[in-house]
Amino acid sequence: MSNKMHIKMNVNGEEQEFLAEPRELLIHTLRERLDITGPHIGCETSHCGACTVTIDGKSVKSCTMFVAQANGKDVTTIEGLGGPDDLHVLQSAFKEHHGLQCGFCTPGMITRASKLLEENPNPTEEEVRFGMAGNICRCTGYQNIVKSILAAASELQAAKEAAE
Amino acid sequence: MKDEVTTREDRVEALGGMGCKRKRVEDARFTQGKGNYVDDLKLPGMLFGDFVRSPYAHARIKSINIDKAMAVDGVVAVLTAADLEPLGLHWMPTLAGDKQMVLADGKVLFQGQEVAYVVAKDRYAAADGVELVEVEYEELEVLTDPFAALESDVVLREDLQGDGNGLPDGAHGPRKHHNHIFYWEAGDKEATEQVLEEAEVVAEETVYYHRTHPCPLETCGCVASMDKVNGKLTLWGTFQAPHAIRTVVSLISGIEEHNIRVISPDIGGGFGNKVGAYPGYVCSVVASIVTGVPVKWIEDRMENLMTTAFARDYWMDGKISATKDGKITGLWCHTTADHGGFDACADPTKFPAGFMNICTGSYDIPVAYLGVDGVYTNKAPGGVSYRCSFRVTEAVYFIERMIEVLAIKLNMDASELRKINFIKKEQFPYKAALGWEYDSGDYHTAWDKAMKAVDYDGLRAEQAQRVEDFKAGKTRKLMGIGLTHFTEIVGAGPVKNCDILGLGMFDSCEIRIHPTGSAIARLGTISQGQGHATTFAQILATEIGLPADSITIEEGDTDTAPYGLGTYGSRSTPVAGAATAMAGRKIRAKAQMIAAYLLEVHDDDVEFDVDRFVVKGAREKFKTMKEIAFAAYNQAIPGIEPGLEAVSYYDPPNMTYPFGAYVCVMDIDVDTGVTDIRRFYALDDCGTRINPMIIEGQVHGGLTEALAVALGQEIAYDEMGNVKTGTLMDFFLPTAWEVPNYETDYTVTPSPHHPIGAKGVGESPHVGGVPCFSNAVNDAFRAFGLTHTHMPHDHWRIWKTANELGLHG
Repeated sequence: MSNKMHIKMNVNGEEQEFLAEPRELLIHTLRERLDITGPHIGCETSHCGACTVTIDGKSVKSCTMFVAQANGKDVTTIEGLGGPDDLHVLQSAFKEHHGLQCGFCTPGMITRASKLLEENPNPTEEEVRFGMAGNICRCTGYQNIVKSILAAASELQAAKEAAE
Repeated sequence: MKDEVTTREDRVEALGGMGCKRKRVEDARFTQGKGNYVDDLKLPGMLFGDFVRSPYAHARIKSINIDKAMAVDGVVAVLTAADLEPLGLHWMPTLAGDKQMVLADGKVLFQGQEVAYVVAKDRYAAADGVELVEVEYEELEVLTDPFAALESDVVLREDLQGDGNGLPDGAHGPRKHHNHIFYWEAGDKEATEQVLEEAEVVAEETVYYHRTHPCPLETCGCVASMDKVNGKLTLWGTFQAPHAIRTVVSLISGIEEHNIRVISPDIGGGFGNKVGAYPGYVCSVVASIVTGVPVKWIEDRMENLMTTAFARDYWMDGKISATKDGKITGLWCHTTADHGGFDACADPTKFPAGFMNICTGSYDIPVAYLGVDGVYTNKAPGGVSYRCSFRVTEAVYFIERMIEVLAIKLNMDASELRKINFIKKEQFPYKAALGWEYDSGDYHTAWDKAMKAVDYDGLRAEQAQRVEDFKAGKTRKLMGIGLTHFTEIVGAGPVKNCDILGLGMFDSCEIRIHPTGSAIARLGTISQGQGHATTFAQILATEIGLPADSITIEEGDTDTAPYGLGTYGSRSTPVAGAATAMAGRKIRAKAQMIAAYLLEVHDDDVEFDVDRFVVKGAREKFKTMKEIAFAAYNQAIPGIEPGLEAVSYYDPPNMTYPFGAYVCVMDIDVDTGVTDIRRFYALDDCGTRINPMIIEGQVHGGLTEALAVALGQEIAYDEMGNVKTGTLMDFFLPTAWEVPNYETDYTVTPSPHHPIGAKGVGESPHVGGVPCFSNAVNDAFRAFGLTHTHMPHDHWRIWKTANELGLHG
């Protein structure tokens, strides 16, 4: 057959191993090969951020990364952040503050925000706006997204202080 | 149950009905990555379709060779017009009464036009196949300018030229040139021109509303699955009007409508992009019929921007007359509308220019004329209503610019000019000069509230000081104050004058109450982010007295939902929302009879009270709706059928007319053209407010799409017909970094003809926002002699304006 590569990666805590053409885009690997459909495809040019995932601790737009580049890496998607029994603070905050409408950008938005709050646990509004500028939302006008992220930051800080 | 001790307020709160900030029920799945969008669908054996598209804007197709593509491993079929022709599917009807090529039939009329459809086992093989389809083109002269097109000898639509005995009529009457589509008019041309001739003051301006695109984050797509055993076609897709799509598919394919099931799953934003029928849908259906397996087609972003559903592209020549003291006496508008290669506007049949004749706006204008000429050019087809009712953003932008232009001519304050001319509260219902009857409004109250909230006089004083400082060399930043008072016309619409492809624009709701007091309601609409599952349940909670949390709302499946015309033009709340309330009232009427039977009194002796029926004069005697629901299923009540269900088809008696007062305060750096929005105040009056949280979210989003359109977003072509804005690199979508915080406010003027008084809100902020941002830019330069400059006001164009005004020294 064609020049398929042996790929190994850890996705949301599970080891995955398969053969793939090196040109396969990571977003297609996730969505079509692994049935992880939380990350979406909005632009195919790295502009919109709907496909944002976390790879080895960094926010990455999976629509412009070949699966070959993700070989051996740890990948986290929205599905790995939290589910019905263990919602991530951001997942609750987005609902609480009406930080989403059509929901298409939301998985990428929350995945990116989770990294932002790790990089900067106590951001100002301006830092949130700058840190989220790689993720486009067509519905909300961002006001409630920013509000959701700031609220989540406060909650995480309060929890951290309570633990100390 | 301890109903006896709970207060009425507690019972109201427990319902989560109209007026409360109910959290959205949709959010759990979206925040956990469990939405179900069309591209998430995966069926056994599913194939992928992908298009070969024309690189030329106008060319004849000499030949198509598919041999190399067919040799690609994984490619199953390549369809061309020649394959579709025997089925009669190489062309399809458009919503505007025109027809459109599904696959290029002899020639192409715009860059990106669909030429061949490659079907393959996965999307990579399909893309490989597309690369290898060999098409030989002969380039033809390209027409991208509508005015030039009307003069040119070049014939764009050879199929519409008749047999040599004169130009055949179009769908909307006689055509005056081979590239002309229609002429449509409203009002009284002669009387208006007479008034203009005799007027004390006339202001004139050409206002161009540039071509742009709705660009929802999810592109268009579908999965077609033909079950040859049962003869059933299932079509999942990004459809804002699933029932209308079912009817269209039936009409063009010949498959009986009961054998077609159309499903709109979760939709990642629509904004008008997903109203129409596109070649991708037709080709996918044909490919599934041919191959016998499901076929998926998903646009990429470039295809989306280049081919499906542009918006605007209206050249509006305006004249507005007034007395010297500012009373408007007449309005004249002639519009040249660039429709591209096919007229695929999504407008009600009788309105080829949509509701552009709402262009007298919020003002009491005694006489007016509007004429619109539609023109073919070598651009993509469309003309959809991008976050607005049909062509309403064009109308509002036009009148709100003309008011500013008139204010300059009169040397009058633009707020004062508006106040002098607003339709007064006591004039409603108000019959406008161009035909519409506005249902309700209280413009002066809204305006005064807005002016007070922003300290308008203080802003003007600050602006005057800024001009002084600028002239004195103390600052390089100017200050613009953008004002807008908009009146929308939404909720299409009354069947007597609104239809699409002959389908009356009513909408519907069907309710089933379950024995234990919960319910499901199905509607003919489909949410694309508006939160219908949340808000329609709130309407019902208030109407039928069951908690919103116990009511499931289902939309988008034509096998289960009653027929409806879908979601666009802010019609869901005005039309389907009304149907929901009316169906709820049918439930309540039957519940009243059941309650009376249970309470052993006459029907007239019980009355509805929040969540129950009580005996008049003896309120301690009551039956809750929950109890009544169970009784409907377990009691043999004389003269009443078992069960508790209702359906309502609502044909609205009139449109609704939401309005609002917006103010934008903007600083502009004269040397860079960079704009800084210091403040944006938006007062919306959408009548009765169902969910303030969702309304506010709609306003934020609509304003941001308005900011985009006003300050940079456009679909631009070069003279060869090449699209210059085909990716998000060039097509402006604002990020969190470019967007300000908005201040929202409201007044409440209910619609008198709507069952709950609601008017719709989703599009108001876009319609009002565009002129408000644009007026702010224009206003900043008013002191330096600028009357009008075209959108989009990107940094380069603003710099150029400043330069032309001599502000760069």
